[in-house]
Amino acid sequence: MKDTDIKRLLYTNLLCVFSIFLSIFIPSFFVDNFSVLEAHLTWLCICSASVTTVNLLSYLVVKPNVSSKRSSLSHKVTRALKCCVCFLMSCFLLHIIFVLYGAPLIELVLETFLFAVVLSTFTTVPCLCLLGPNLKAWLRVFSRNGVTSIWENSLQITTVSSFIGAWLGAFPIPLDWERPWQVWPISCTLGATFGYVAGLVISPLWIYWNRKQLTYKNN
Amino acid sequence: MNILLSPRMRKVSVLLFLAWVCFLFYAGIALFTSGFLLTRLELTNQSSCQEPPGPGPLPWGSHGKPGACWMPSRFSRVVLVLIDALRFDFAQPQRSHVPGEPPVSVPFLGKLGSLQRILESQPYHGRLYRSQVDPPTTTMQRLKALTTGSLPTFIDAGSNFASHAIVEDNLIQQLNSAGRRVVFMGDDTWRDLFPGAFSQAFFFSSFNVRDLHTVDNGILEHLYPTLDGGAWDVLIAHFLGVDHCGHKHGPHHPEMAKKLSQMDQVIQGLIERLENDTLLVVAGDHGMTMNGDHGGDSELEVSAALFLYSPTALFPSVPPEEPEVIPQVSLVPTLALLLGLPIPFGNTGEVMAELFSGGSDSSDPHSSALAQVSALHINAQQVSRFLHTYSAATQDLQVKELHRLQTLFSTASARYQHFLRDPQEAEAALSTLTAEFQQFLRGARALCIESWARFSLVRMAGGAALLAAACLLCLLASQLAVAPGFLFCPLLLIPVAWGLTWTILYAGVAVTTGSKIDSVVLGAVAAAGSLLPFLWKAWVSRGSKRPLAPLLPVPRPVLILLLIRLATFFSDSFVVAEARATPFLLGSLVFFLVAQLHWEGQLLPPKPLTISRLGSSAPTAPPRHGGARALWLGIGLLLFTRLAGLFHRCPEETPACRSSPWLSPLASMVGGRAKNLWYGACVGALVALLVVVRLWLRRYGNLKSPEPPVLFVRWGLPLMVLGTAAYWALASGAEEAPPRLRALVAGASAVLPRAVMGLAALGLLLLLWRPVTVLVKAGAATSRTRTILTPFSGPPTSQADLDYVVPQIYRHMQEEFQGRLARTKAQGPITVAAYQLGSVYSAAMVTALLLLAFPLLLLHVERVSLVFLLLFLQSFLLLHLLAAGTPVATPGPFTVLWQAVSAWVLLATQTFYSTGHQPVFSAIHWHAAFVGFPDGHGSSTWLPALLVGANTFASHLLFAVGCPLLLLWPFLCERQGPKRRLPGSESEARVRPEEEEEQQEPLMEMRLRDAPNHFNAALLQLGLKYLFILGAQILACALAASILRRHLMVWKVFAPKFIFEAVGFIVSSVGLLLGIALVMRVDVAVSSWFKKLVLAQQR
Repeated sequence: MKDTDIKRLLYTNLLCVFSIFLSIFIPSFFVDNFSVLEAHLTWLCICSASVTTVNLLSYLVVKPNVSSKRSSLSHKVTRALKCCVCFLMSCFLLHIIFVLYGAPLIELVLETFLFAVVLSTFTTVPCLCLLGPNLKAWLRVFSRNGVTSIWENSLQITTVSSFIGAWLGAFPIPLDWERPWQVWPISCTLGATFGYVAGLVISPLWIYWNRKQLTYKNN
Repeated sequence: MNILLSPRMRKVSVLLFLAWVCFLFYAGIALFTSGFLLTRLELTNQSSCQEPPGPGPLPWGSHGKPGACWMPSRFSRVVLVLIDALRFDFAQPQRSHVPGEPPVSVPFLGKLGSLQRILESQPYHGRLYRSQVDPPTTTMQRLKALTTGSLPTFIDAGSNFASHAIVEDNLIQQLNSAGRRVVFMGDDTWRDLFPGAFSQAFFFSSFNVRDLHTVDNGILEHLYPTLDGGAWDVLIAHFLGVDHCGHKHGPHHPEMAKKLSQMDQVIQGLIERLENDTLLVVAGDHGMTMNGDHGGDSELEVSAALFLYSPTALFPSVPPEEPEVIPQVSLVPTLALLLGLPIPFGNTGEVMAELFSGGSDSSDPHSSALAQVSALHINAQQVSRFLHTYSAATQDLQVKELHRLQTLFSTASARYQHFLRDPQEAEAALSTLTAEFQQFLRGARALCIESWARFSLVRMAGGAALLAAACLLCLLASQLAVAPGFLFCPLLLIPVAWGLTWTILYAGVAVTTGSKIDSVVLGAVAAAGSLLPFLWKAWVSRGSKRPLAPLLPVPRPVLILLLIRLATFFSDSFVVAEARATPFLLGSLVFFLVAQLHWEGQLLPPKPLTISRLGSSAPTAPPRHGGARALWLGIGLLLFTRLAGLFHRCPEETPACRSSPWLSPLASMVGGRAKNLWYGACVGALVALLVVVRLWLRRYGNLKSPEPPVLFVRWGLPLMVLGTAAYWALASGAEEAPPRLRALVAGASAVLPRAVMGLAALGLLLLLWRPVTVLVKAGAATSRTRTILTPFSGPPTSQADLDYVVPQIYRHMQEEFQGRLARTKAQGPITVAAYQLGSVYSAAMVTALLLLAFPLLLLHVERVSLVFLLLFLQSFLLLHLLAAGTPVATPGPFTVLWQAVSAWVLLATQTFYSTGHQPVFSAIHWHAAFVGFPDGHGSSTWLPALLVGANTFASHLLFAVGCPLLLLWPFLCERQGPKRRLPGSESEARVRPEEEEEQQEPLMEMRLRDAPNHFNAALLQLGLKYLFILGAQILACALAASILRRHLMVWKVFAPKFIFEAVGFIVSSVGLLLGIALVMRVDVAVSSWFKKLVLAQQR
């Protein structure tokens, strides 16, 4: 593991953070009275789209896992289609999980689903970019001693911190402060976003800090 | 010493140790409760016009006059303006500033200008008082005080818990019985307190504290038209704006100035409209703190304003410079006598004597003073009568002080009678009489306050400290329990000795000083005394290098989850939302368990990568069923938790929430078809419950034995299901029964539940009598010629799979045989096959739980049977999930993981809510008292209390009794678990010697029996961990209630939560002891069974 790798990781991650900031500030130039809280659903869509774009772009530019064999166009297309299906599946799966954790079943379906979309943008899309639609690899990354590169390490940290953020976001909901952001699912989406951003910022630093201890199998 | 203890003694000492820990908690709870929850008995006696409060003539012979009772009325009409949270300084007149000093501009000062104008321009007509309020300063308690004249405490032990309606004698009731028309407008709390008491009423919701204007504007809309309409004798207007403004903004906010100015206009308008026979009372029910809250007993909270005004002159003198301080309840006897009503029976207030002087126009000072004394006399008579009645009903009041007061009263009363007959030295005599009556009245009030209305901070702190120490003990002892060389005896004997010493010491001191022995304090002293040696030990070893135990052995995520759970007790919103928060936490814990399994690589079959790293020597082979079994368990658990969450009852505090319609009884449904469907679903749930448990028992082979409990499970349980179903059919369709069958239906609906409960009791007794449900096959006679253990010669898996039984041989037994065989060489080899030994403990547990669940289910409404089914499924899945993550340490020591105990407690709490309960008194299911007793219970109270309690704490009881399953289940799951066989050794197994073959056989729960010391220690540890988590919860509740005792919601949320937690703790601890005792009973029975078997074989 070289310092240049960590630097590249840091820049890509900062780019992702930047894309989230952009999604907050850019739309107000085009849409009147845009704010994250009031036009929350719009923001969710924009944020999801921008984070996906940046992830895809950075993946294409950086190419963290260099695949040795050249693959045909049709293979690439199938792969992309598989990724889309995976993404959709993860959205539905997250939606079901939210309902199991107490989200309303019938009311606010759109809100819950968009939350699922955003959370899978933060978690599934980087996984898909890095690991492809390969569930076994995913499971490997999220188990003890399973990571094989700093990119996977960063992926592990950001994903877990996004989930933790979303989980923590549920706690203010019952409080009687009567703030606009306490409504389901705003606090959770905000929590997930904060968690994602925190994970993005922390992971390069953490890897840099622990670069002596970290040994990856493939390196 | 440890070794000398027989196994039975060890079991008893484990139980005694747990009982001692429970006692510590009980003592702490009792001590805290005695300081926090002050109780008072509500008397339902009524004062009446015809019956004077004491002997002697009434003043001026007022009997005959119309509209006069104990005294002639001075006013025929009263306008009572109640401004919520009108603190005294809000109404205090502002004196003209000293020149040179800058004027203070505080928003709430000097805004009630109309009062000041009246006081300056008409000093004989109006007066301002600083009224001293008794805590708790919450509106409902204050309204009770302002109408009954008593000192409401949190628990007014009355006959009626379910509604807030006042049952004591009160002003409104007296007005009604005197035929006066009472018109009310404002806070809808009055509707709950006085249902149907007003001739006309305009109620406005007091719920939204942030809404400053709705209530006030609503009142103003109706106030003047009603006033001018004249269809009233007493008009009450309860404004909430000031209070809400305090809660929302605090008193130092410009909004408060606006609100007070509005109130000022209201008062001004009223004063202009008053007629001569009308009295205007402007009162605050309590004050507020600097932040605008109230509920406690700080100076700012307990000082409220009270202003009286009448267009006719009221007072004989000009008001004093500094307004007089009077108790708030003085208003009650004063208003009663001014209106010509009897004083409410339970009043403890002292009449404001100067209002009875006849105003400044009465020229004769003698008659004026006489009128004052006679008002005081009637008041004193009434208070004396109340004290007498109250002390006859309960022993709350101090006897000595009561005696002193009674003597004081009788002498003063005798002197008054004497004076009436023979008026001499009028002035001096009257002034002494006034002083004596006032002394009596104030003494009586002080006596009542002493016993009813003070938080005892010392007791609260002591109780909390005791609870905390007991928690610490649990935590440390649960670590020590499994450590080798843990000594039970000193741990038991020393505390008992210390506790006894301290108790005797305390009793001795109490006897020598002559004070009464308080049983609560006695218990607390005993508990604290018995804790002392432990605390001393902990303190000493704190500094030493080897601490008593590692600080917190809880895995960090579980610890965080526990801390979050404890923190939620400090927020009223979270207490209210606990029904939703608990499943969330439970789900998080489940997620953590699954994620941990995955992280450790135990969830899915290991991938080549891990295998290669771990090497081929990895001892943990994948589970036989492999795959993502734990994942499915987790998902199923989440699903069932969510389904159970569909059954929820809304707390009062969330108006937007809608309760589940499924928690109402079937009888209340209208649609015939839907009702039938639901009925079918309920019976289906019952049958499913039975089938699930029977399948489980059969799977482990526990349905084969001819023992009575097994027969009961096979035949008695279906009978119980049948009885329950029939009872539900009758209960849900009772109205539709043809008239001829009414009597039959009524009889059956009384008999059926009792029959089911009797059957359940019978089943439990049978289970206690013969808890070993083991089938012994292949007696000695048939197998003498064979070699040892022939039934196991084949591959064990195939036999197990064929028969659905687990053939078990107890290794010790074999050793014992061999030992005996060695002595009696003459005998040949013996064969014994014992089925279901491996699950003997948990089979008894599960049977007991099912037997308990049926009567508890009967106490709930029909559709809760679905919740009970979910409960069993949930706990089944949870146990499996936990077992998947628990390693089975073969020779011991056995441990129960913290996550297991935490999840169990969370599941219990979740079930409490999903069975339709809420920790508030109004949500208690009172109908449970009538199950099996449709005509009530007559005079007995313990049976209905027991039924209602069993209904309310059903989940606590079930889960506490089932707690030992947490220890047993991992052994039970060993069958599917690891160490079946090393890969590739299949063929070798066939040719191995039989002894080794037998070792391959899963021992399951017999592993526990193999190590009785570790088994006992594990049971002790389990009990201590469970008690620790429950104890930490109750400690958090107690701390929340004491720290937030000034919180707006303390009496609405925190105090009921504490009470429910406390009772739940007591029920749970008793259930825990019962569950552990049941396991021990099974253990003893298994031992004696072995002994018998050995003897039989020997013969």
